[in-house]
Amino acid sequence: MAPRRVVITGMGWITPLGDEIESVWQKLLKGECGVGPTTLFDASTFPTTFSAEVKDFDLRRYLGDDETDRHTGASRNSQFALAAAQKAWNDAGLDGADGIDRTRVGIYLGGGEGPIDAINFANAAILGWDHAGGNGSGDLDTVRWAEAAEQWLSAVKEFEQDPNMAAGHIATFFGIQGPAFNTLTACAASTQAMGEASNLIRYGDADVMISGGTHSMIHPFGVTGFNRLTALSTRNDDFMAASRPFDQTRDGFVLGEGAGILILEEYEHACRRGARILAEIVGYGSTADAFRITDIHDCGRGATAAMRLALKNAGLTPSDVQYISAHGTGTEENDKIESLAIETVFGENASKVAVSSIKSMLGHLIAAAGAVELITCVLAIRDGILPPTINYKNPDPRCRLDYVPNKARPAEVVTCLSNSLGFGGQNDSIIVTRVKE
Amino acid sequence: MSARRVVVTGVGLITPIGQNSNDVWEALQARRCGLRRITAFDPSRFRSQIGGEVDNLKVVNYVPKSYRKSTKVMARDIEIAVAAAYDAVTDAKLVTRCLIDRGQVEGPVSVESTRLSVNIGAGLICADLNELASALQTAAGANGQFDLRKWGEEGMNNLTPLWLLKFLPNMLSCHVTIVHDAQAPSNTITCGEASSHLAVGEAFRTIARGEADVCLCGGAESKLNPMGLMRQQMLGRTASRNDAPEAACRPFAVDRDGVVISEGGGLLVLEELTHAQARGARIYCEVTGFGASTNAKDWRAPEPDGAPLALAIRKALADAGMTADQLGMAGTLGVGTVEHDLAEARGLRAALEKVADRLPVQATKGAFGNNGAGSGAIDLGIVAMCLDRQAMPPSLNTENTDPACGLRLVHEATESDLPAAVSVASAMGGGQHAALILKRWEG
Repeated sequence: MAPRRVVITGMGWITPLGDEIESVWQKLLKGECGVGPTTLFDASTFPTTFSAEVKDFDLRRYLGDDETDRHTGASRNSQFALAAAQKAWNDAGLDGADGIDRTRVGIYLGGGEGPIDAINFANAAILGWDHAGGNGSGDLDTVRWAEAAEQWLSAVKEFEQDPNMAAGHIATFFGIQGPAFNTLTACAASTQAMGEASNLIRYGDADVMISGGTHSMIHPFGVTGFNRLTALSTRNDDFMAASRPFDQTRDGFVLGEGAGILILEEYEHACRRGARILAEIVGYGSTADAFRITDIHDCGRGATAAMRLALKNAGLTPSDVQYISAHGTGTEENDKIESLAIETVFGENASKVAVSSIKSMLGHLIAAAGAVELITCVLAIRDGILPPTINYKNPDPRCRLDYVPNKARPAEVVTCLSNSLGFGGQNDSIIVTRVKE
Repeated sequence: MSARRVVVTGVGLITPIGQNSNDVWEALQARRCGLRRITAFDPSRFRSQIGGEVDNLKVVNYVPKSYRKSTKVMARDIEIAVAAAYDAVTDAKLVTRCLIDRGQVEGPVSVESTRLSVNIGAGLICADLNELASALQTAAGANGQFDLRKWGEEGMNNLTPLWLLKFLPNMLSCHVTIVHDAQAPSNTITCGEASSHLAVGEAFRTIARGEADVCLCGGAESKLNPMGLMRQQMLGRTASRNDAPEAACRPFAVDRDGVVISEGGGLLVLEELTHAQARGARIYCEVTGFGASTNAKDWRAPEPDGAPLALAIRKALADAGMTADQLGMAGTLGVGTVEHDLAEARGLRAALEKVADRLPVQATKGAFGNNGAGSGAIDLGIVAMCLDRQAMPPSLNTENTDPACGLRLVHEATESDLPAAVSVASAMGGGQHAALILKRWEG
C-alpha cells in the first residue's frame, strides 16, 4: 500500500497572546510579546519572576456549562487541551458532521503532566519531616507523612496530573474511539505526537487524528526545576525583552503555557466531506542524540539527522524549504547548535532559508511548543508572511542565519520545516507544505 | 508497501520475582510470589502495606564505566529501564556500544546506531520524597507551613541543579539511547498501564515501515514509594490483605479486592526478520498485529461493557489477518480490582466471542503486583516466552475465578499448542487501550 496523504483541516490554540487563530497570528506578525510577571503563584523571590501566562482562561467559554461541569477536576493542561481541541474540531467543520466513523478517529498528544499540587505537597512533606530522624540529620517519617498527605492532598488533583488525562478528556468530549497515545518527550513532545499521528493516518491505523500538545509548567516546582538547571532567563527587570533567541546576549528561555491542537486527516477523507484543506504534512523525522542528558551533541548530530530524515521522508531537498520554525529557545546552547545543524543540513541554501523563533513572543510552551509552532507554519504558507524573531539586536557570530529579525516579512512560502529538540536529546522535525491538488 | 516482518529476539525483565527473563520464567513456574510487606519505607500508616520490591538492583552493573556518574541522576524508574535494556540486549545476543565499552564483547555492533530505536513507556515519576522533603522543610514558615517566598529565596538551592532531569518521563528512553548508542527514533509513551503495549505497537510499525531495524521497546515504572502508594490509596484501589501478601493480588478472582503496588519493567528487542536471521538470532515469536482504542464515555473509570478494549483486540486481529479461533492464549493486565478486571474480561469476551470459552488466559499480577507503565511489557515478555516454549506458567491466585468474568485462567503450569497469542493492556485511568498479536515462530 502506498502511504496515504495527510492534510491539516483544523487548528486551535490557547496561547499567552490569546485563543483565536487569527488574532494571535496578527499579534505575532506585529511582534507582540505575551510575557509578564508571574501571577499563577508568588514567584517574587524566585530567580525568575516572569513567564508567559495564559490570561483569564475559563473553560466555560469553550465547552458551555454542562460539559465544563462534566469535566470538573480537569488540570490546567487538560482544560487548555479541551478548549484548543474544541476550536480545532469546529475549525475543521467536524462539529455536527455526519458519517464520521469515531473508531477511525484517534488522538495523539504531546501532553505534559498536570501542574503539581505544589503548596499542598510541600505542606505534607514538611509535616512528614522528622528533624531527629536519619541519625540526627533528619529524614522523612513516612508514617507522619502519610497522615499529613491524606489531609493535604486531593485524589482528583493527583489523578488528573497523569499526562494521559488530556487525551482522555478529549476522547470523552468528542466520543472518540480510535487509537489514543500521549508522548512526553519533553520539549519535543507535540512535534513527535503530530509526526507519529500522521504516520498512523499514512499507514492506515486511522483516518482522522486530533493531535498537538498541551502543557503548563508555570507552577513552583516547574520553575524551580528550570531555575536550578539555569535554563530560564533571569532578566527580571526587562522581561519583555527576556526571550531573545539567537541574540548574542540571550540568557535562557522564558517559560510559557498553553496548547495547540490540529486536526490531521487522510486526504481523500477530507476531500469526500468537502473539508477546507489548510496544508499537507509531507515529512517527519525523529532521532536521538544518544549523547548526554544534560547537553546537546556539540555538532547537533541528532538535530541534523532529524531534519535530513524529514526531508527524505518528504522527498524534498533543502532548496524546497523557504522557512524553518526553529526550536530557538533562547538558551546559549540550543540556538548555537540548532543554527549549526541547519547550516550542516542546508549547506549553500542555509543563507537563503528564513529561520525564526516565535518563542521570542510566546515563551516556551514545553510539550505544547511544537504544535503551536506548526500552526504558525501553516499560517505563513497561507498568508505568505513570516513571523519574526523579536528582541533580536546583537548578532551572535555563531548564529549566522536569517532569523527574520524583529519584523514580519512577506515571502512566498510553499514549504516549512519545524524543529523541536527535547531535553535529553530527543529531536523531531516535521514538514508542511501547500497542498497540491 | 510490502511490509517488513518484525520478530521478538530478546526479552529483558526486571521484576520482584527475577531480574532477567529466564529467572522470571522459572519463578513463575515454581509459583513464587514476590509480594510482601513493604521494606523500602515504613508503610504502617497506609491502608495497604504490601508491595512487590526489586531487591539489590545495582544499576552500575548495566552501564559502561564511563557512564557510572550519570547513574546518580536516575530515578528508580530510570534504573529499572536501564537494567531491563541491558537484560534485553544480552538476551538477544545483540552487540551494542554498552557491551563493547564494558569490555564484555568485541565489536562491531550488530546494528548501526542510526538504525537502533528506543520506545519506552513511562509513568508520572514520583520525586524522591526524602530528597525533596529535605529541601522543602528548609522553607517552612513561622506557622509551620510552606513559605513560597522562603523557598524561592534560598530553599530551592538545597536541590541538586539536575533535580528536574531525574524525573522527566523521557529520561528512561534518553539514558537507554545513550548507554546503547541508539540514534534512531526514540519515544516515550505515557498512558498508564497501556504505555508498554502502545510503545511496542508503535515500535512494530516503525520497524515495519523501515525507519529502524531494531527497537528496544516496552516500559518501566515504580509505584513503590510513599507517593505512588498514596495515589493508589486515595483512588480507593489498594488491596486489603496485609496479613497475606502472597494471596493479596487476585486477578479475576471472585474475592479480589484491589491492586498491590510494585516496581519493575520490561524491554523487548523487536527486530526486522531478515536482520535477525542474518545474525542468527534466536526468535521468540513474530509480532503480527496491533490495535489501539480509547474510552469514549469516561476517562476516569473503565467502561463496564469493555467495548473499547474489544475494539482494540478486533483491530489487532484484523491487522494480523487473523481470527480469534487461531489464538492459543490471551495475556491480560488483570490488576485485581473489581471493576477493572470485570471490564477487561468483558472486553475480551466481546472480541473473542465463543473462543473465550476455551481460550487459556494468563494473568501475572498475583506474582508481582502492578507497577503501572512497565506492567504491560512484563506481560508481553512472558507471552513471548510462552510462545517460544509452547508452555504457560500458572497464574497465581486466580483459582476462584469470578463467574462474571467468565475467563479460563491458567491455574497450573501447562504445556500446550500455542500458535498465537493476544496480549492486552488498558490504562487504569485515562481510557487508553492496546492489543498486540504475537505469533509462534515456525522457522
